[in-house]
Amino acid sequence: MSENTNTVIIAGGGAAGMEAAGQLARSGYYVTLIEKESNTGGHVNNWYHLFPNSRDSAEVIEYLEKQINHDNVLLITGTSVESFEKVNGAFVVKTDDGNEKLADAVIMATGFDLFKSERKEEYGYGIYDNVITSADLESMFRNDNLKRVNGETPGKIGFVHCVGSRDEKVGNLYCSKLCCVTAVKQAIEVKRHISDAKIFCFYMDMRMGGALYEELYREAQESHGINFIRGKVSEVSENINNKLVVKVEDTLAGRPLKMELDLLVLMAGMEMSESGQKVATATGLLTGENRFFAPADHHFGSNKSNIEGVFFAGTCTAPLNITETISHARAAASDVVEYLRTRND
Amino acid sequence: MTDMGKFGFTILKERHIDYDANDKSIAEFIAENEPSFRLCIECGCCSATCTTGTFTKFSLRELQIFLKRGENDYVRENISKCMLCGKCTLVCPRGVNTRNVITLAKTAFQKTEKYAV
Repeated sequence: MSENTNTVIIAGGGAAGMEAAGQLARSGYYVTLIEKESNTGGHVNNWYHLFPNSRDSAEVIEYLEKQINHDNVLLITGTSVESFEKVNGAFVVKTDDGNEKLADAVIMATGFDLFKSERKEEYGYGIYDNVITSADLESMFRNDNLKRVNGETPGKIGFVHCVGSRDEKVGNLYCSKLCCVTAVKQAIEVKRHISDAKIFCFYMDMRMGGALYEELYREAQESHGINFIRGKVSEVSENINNKLVVKVEDTLAGRPLKMELDLLVLMAGMEMSESGQKVATATGLLTGENRFFAPADHHFGSNKSNIEGVFFAGTCTAPLNITETISHARAAASDVVEYLRTRND
Repeated sequence: MTDMGKFGFTILKERHIDYDANDKSIAEFIAENEPSFRLCIECGCCSATCTTGTFTKFSLRELQIFLKRGENDYVRENISKCMLCGKCTLVCPRGVNTRNVITLAKTAFQKTEKYAV
């Protein structure tokens, strides 16, 4: 039996990893937080304002940084967890710099990757200049540079929902859950930047199931005049006037609809992260049909894995919003505490 | 009884889908032989990309929902407009084999004396 040091290794320093690290540190455990990028915060860094209340994402980053600002947290950046091995009840965790670290428990908080929109070639991302992704739009907001490539201010802007989600053609059958509300939030944000912009959201279903999502949808219609057209865009092209042309069926009117747009935003979905997938392959951690990590039990073991002592936190298990990610991370920390206490008995 | 009841439930043949009376055997035949027929979520991608739909009043999405509701006469009158190019199948996010749906619908119509062309 290895010496029990009450050390937990957390793979991934995004919202989930940071929250779990803080919770465990304050409970007296030693945490090594391993982040592949040069700084912590993950995808939250790339967002400008957050739904449902337009909070600046910098506030969330500030909160998360406070969480890990604790003597018990050792942060290692620029390194990623590659695999681990369970030896005498403890874990030997291998990182991509060739190092090995010992831990009593592991939390996988490897998050998600945004769907690469180039894969939906018919939407023209990477082909037409003024087709951008939801992530690109956030950085335009942040840099106050909401412009077409030629420098003009876009007057007519479209949002395509479900890009890389609910789409058998790209192998993703699941709903990414957050893109609908993100489109609504971004549409409102565009109106705040360009008050006379005309905005159209092309959706299959408006999935506004989260807290205050439906209210935001209503606000988009009522206060901002955002238009919602029910139909999945089938193709995008560019015409001679350098405008984007979308083809869609207005399914509620029952007729095909053609529209010229200045800017088209693709609502990229969420996929299992490549780094998480690598660890799954190397260690035998189970993944589900959606390729995210498979929780041991959907109802009362959403933080537990098929390997005792390895836990999941956040969007490595499914698309989750920030609120859900933080709650899920806290629950992971609580499972780790229980596991280490019972193990010490 | 509330006042709402006074409005009645009369079915006007031209206006309503008389679901219970309609013949769903064509749709059942298609679903049996092409199970992906059941997966449609009415996104309209097939209709948007349809070459026939560009020129005539033809919507593959509409055609499929009419089959499912047993509104077969409408389908039988319009189905031959499809040129079987298969673009609809390429764009369908649910992987419905729309081309085979059309072919099977035609087969089913031929088999059923009532609808045979």
